[in-house]
Amino acid sequence: MTTTENARKPSLPIVENFTRRAAVKGGFATLGAAAFVAAVSPLRQAAEDKSAAEFMQQHYTELSPQQKADVIARLEAEAKENYGADVTIADDRPIPGTKFVYAINLSVCNGNGKCVEACHKENNHDRDTNQSYIRVLEMPKGTMDMEKGNTTYTGAVPQDDKFYLPVQCQQCDEPPCVDVCPVKATWKEEDGIVVVDYNWCIGCRYCEAACPYHARRFNWKKPEVPADEVNPDQSYLSNRIRPVGVVEKCTYCLHRTRRGKLPACLEACPTGARVFGNILDKDSNIRWILENKRVYILKEELGTKPAFFYYFD
Amino acid sequence: MPRTASMLFASVVCLAVAMIFVVVGRGNTRDDSRSRRVGADQRDGADQIASNAPTAVAAEASADQNTAANTAANTGGSRHPIIIRKPTGPPRIELAGMDPQGRTGSVACSTCHAVRKPNSENVSAATLDEFHQGMTFNHGKIACYACHNPDDADTLRLADGQSIAYENVMTLCSQCHSKQAESFAHGAHGGMNGHWDLTRGPQMKNNCIDCHDPHSPTYPRMVVGFKPKDRFNAPLSHHHDHQGAESHDDH
Repeated sequence: MTTTENARKPSLPIVENFTRRAAVKGGFATLGAAAFVAAVSPLRQAAEDKSAAEFMQQHYTELSPQQKADVIARLEAEAKENYGADVTIADDRPIPGTKFVYAINLSVCNGNGKCVEACHKENNHDRDTNQSYIRVLEMPKGTMDMEKGNTTYTGAVPQDDKFYLPVQCQQCDEPPCVDVCPVKATWKEEDGIVVVDYNWCIGCRYCEAACPYHARRFNWKKPEVPADEVNPDQSYLSNRIRPVGVVEKCTYCLHRTRRGKLPACLEACPTGARVFGNILDKDSNIRWILENKRVYILKEELGTKPAFFYYFD
Repeated sequence: MPRTASMLFASVVCLAVAMIFVVVGRGNTRDDSRSRRVGADQRDGADQIASNAPTAVAAEASADQNTAANTAANTGGSRHPIIIRKPTGPPRIELAGMDPQGRTGSVACSTCHAVRKPNSENVSAATLDEFHQGMTFNHGKIACYACHNPDDADTLRLADGQSIAYENVMTLCSQCHSKQAESFAHGAHGGMNGHWDLTRGPQMKNNCIDCHDPHSPTYPRMVVGFKPKDRFNAPLSHHHDHQGAESHDDH
């Protein structure tokens, strides 16, 4: 009797409430899940931008000739699709018995910047930022300290109390940029050129920070190049249009120089200040300059051993 | 609840199977590329000790081969030439007037100078009473007839009195500017185009007067056109951080 009375005893309706502990857990779980989704959301974007073949591509030095051909065909198709340009991407390898070296005559350079422009066009740089691998520093006379230089000079050159110092990748024999790369996406080739596999680069920019010459550039956004301005004469390790988010650098125009031609910046120089050649050839111009002129290298004390020389008449 | 758990379990199993497949697949390709990779590693290693003796020796050896190849090419005649641009000939003077048909003409220097007596003492355009008066002349203290030939206006004259064609003006310049001529001969003066490797193609070089006006040879000033826009190009006044203490005084 009492039991039935108890059972029928009116009580408040019982709502299956979460305990406080469960609510907090649930809240944090939701937050965590949201954070995870937000964190991986760029991956969905990446999946759209990147084909499976590109994602699975091996390091340049590990590609078989067949794989290389496939990769290059894919890149040419992508250039056609994204930029509307018919390009030829070659795979230029070092010429045996060459070590490329550059020299600039600072007595003659007048800072007109034609080399900067030629580099911009030759290497398919982003038209929006006027990017180039060369910076010309206007320097006060009496110092070789790059930090005293100024790149924003305009107007008539040369100024009487200034000299002009073009700086680009020095293709160091002890390249700090190569040492710091965590994925070996950049390396030094047999002819002395430090190259980047743009498809292997993860864009960490360690190399950009390590370079004492500010020679490396980062692609902050997709390069804009009008179809009729794309230089169709390209090379895998050189001037093919770089993807966004990778580091790039001067390659001594290896798509030209490994075919025996002179670099674009040299051909553009109206003062004839630039000299390029093979330092292993005893009869080369560059050897004569090293033996007969007053030659300097930039930041010698760092021990980077540049393959880039500055000389005075 | 058990339903969710079993689905979770199934997905974990699927993931594991997928991972095994990927690993096996990559393992196979790695075996294929084994020998190639070893070669690449050796090359890598060689690069990293680039400054060490063995590579240097190897490089020298290959350099020897290269120069040998060059000399072979020399004797074989497959080496391309260095082409130095030349003026087309003696300058022609454009006539100001027109004939009744509206045609203009040009005449050679000798048209006038053959009948005029040369004044070998004249050193500037200012002392001329007719013709060439607007010309700027700023080339040391030399006189007109230091270079021009008083006996034949369509040629130039060397210091030893020998007549020389306008096409060979570089010989004339090199009499005084031997330093520049020497540098030019070694590619250290004057611009060039074409190939650095003459076994693959020719090289084109400028002539003295392509860059230097012979009457006013100082290289002209130029105006800077193209400028990249990057963060290192911000005006100097914007980064105070590395200019030392004095630049902070005004804050």
